[in-house]
Amino acid sequence: MAMTMQLDIVSAETSLFSGKVEFIAARATGGEIGILPRHTPLLAQLQPGEIRVKVEGGEEQFFYVSGGILEVQPDGVTVLADTAVRAKDLDEAAAQAAKQRAEEALKNRSSDLDYAKAQAELAAAVAQLRAIQNLRKALGR
Amino acid sequence: MAGAKEIRTQIKSIKSTQKITRAMEMVSTSKMRSAQARMQAARPYAEKIRQVISHLALANPEYKHPFLQPRTTERRVGYIVVSSDRGLAGGLNTNLFRQIAAAAAKDRQAGLELDIVAIGNKAIQFFKRFGGNVVAQTSHLGDTPHLTDLIGTIKVMLDAYREERIDRLVLCYNRFVNTMTQAPTLEQVLPLPAAQVIDRKHSWDYLYEPSSPEVLDQLLTRYVESLVYQAVVENVASEHAARMVAMKAASDNAGNLIDELQLAYNKARQAAITKELSEIVGGAAAV
Repeated sequence: MAMTMQLDIVSAETSLFSGKVEFIAARATGGEIGILPRHTPLLAQLQPGEIRVKVEGGEEQFFYVSGGILEVQPDGVTVLADTAVRAKDLDEAAAQAAKQRAEEALKNRSSDLDYAKAQAELAAAVAQLRAIQNLRKALGR
Repeated sequence: MAGAKEIRTQIKSIKSTQKITRAMEMVSTSKMRSAQARMQAARPYAEKIRQVISHLALANPEYKHPFLQPRTTERRVGYIVVSSDRGLAGGLNTNLFRQIAAAAAKDRQAGLELDIVAIGNKAIQFFKRFGGNVVAQTSHLGDTPHLTDLIGTIKVMLDAYREERIDRLVLCYNRFVNTMTQAPTLEQVLPLPAAQVIDRKHSWDYLYEPSSPEVLDQLLTRYVESLVYQAVVENVASEHAARMVAMKAASDNAGNLIDELQLAYNKARQAAITKELSEIVGGAAAV
């Protein structure tokens, strides 16, 4: 029997997955990383994309995350998934919006922010699409 | 019969009020249940992220994040105040605001200035009257608040802390203890209280990707966000619980009132009948 590790994928609003897995692949900022049991402790930032999980027994599952943090501990792996795509510009825009509400002076948003938002949405959509394609492929087999 | 008629209209109006309060009670009951479920759903994330942070405190990375460092001098304090959008929830918001006012008065006495982030209509209205520098606000999050709607308001405070415009950050909300009890809570968020030390078996540190400051910064930002989100969700549950209890009391009071009025009505009616009868008897005797 293959070695397994505990994996928990949680987002701030709900828990997405919890169980024993054999292998995890995720997209970190530096590139794709694969994690097998007994990996050294690691703390990595995740990019928007899919997390590929081989659950106990060899079946593959895919999860889409829009960023987050992956933590590897001797006793298991935790993925702290973001609930939404987080780009620095977007956060900044949200903060600005909150400030503006307080000032009660709604100015027109600059086109730069709209562009950044569109870009982030596009990246998320592409990643989501890829996750769906993989899922289809896995189910088709 | 004039007295009896008046009483009857009064009973009618109280009955219709009772219908409304009873409906509100039932709505709150079901909403409270789903709010409690959301509270439960948010718990794993908070637990996990707390674990990671306590691991980090143990792993002792060479980098010290400003969120973990207590400031030696305090000049300004930031308050994030979570309240409900609507009233009719008993003393829920009032109790919280009273505590905040007391804490704020203490801070002002110590020569500190206040920056406020208001979440929810009631908080916005309160600080309009109370005064204080409201730097950001948001409202109408509804019964299913989403983290996305909170990011902006939280970031305003985190940026202020990073740029040393505030030296302490306090989170104020109603903690959901159980259906009958909601505790107004003022919690210090920044600087983060030192994690309790669990006995460490061996010394180790993480591999960081891309680098420890970046990961730690993201982690701590997410942690504060999850704390605020949790507070908002708990506040929603508290709001519905408080409203449920308040509306139940209102329905019960209306019931008592109706009983009393019914009795008065019956008496008045009986008195009128007796009077009429005696008049008829008196009239017959006279003839």
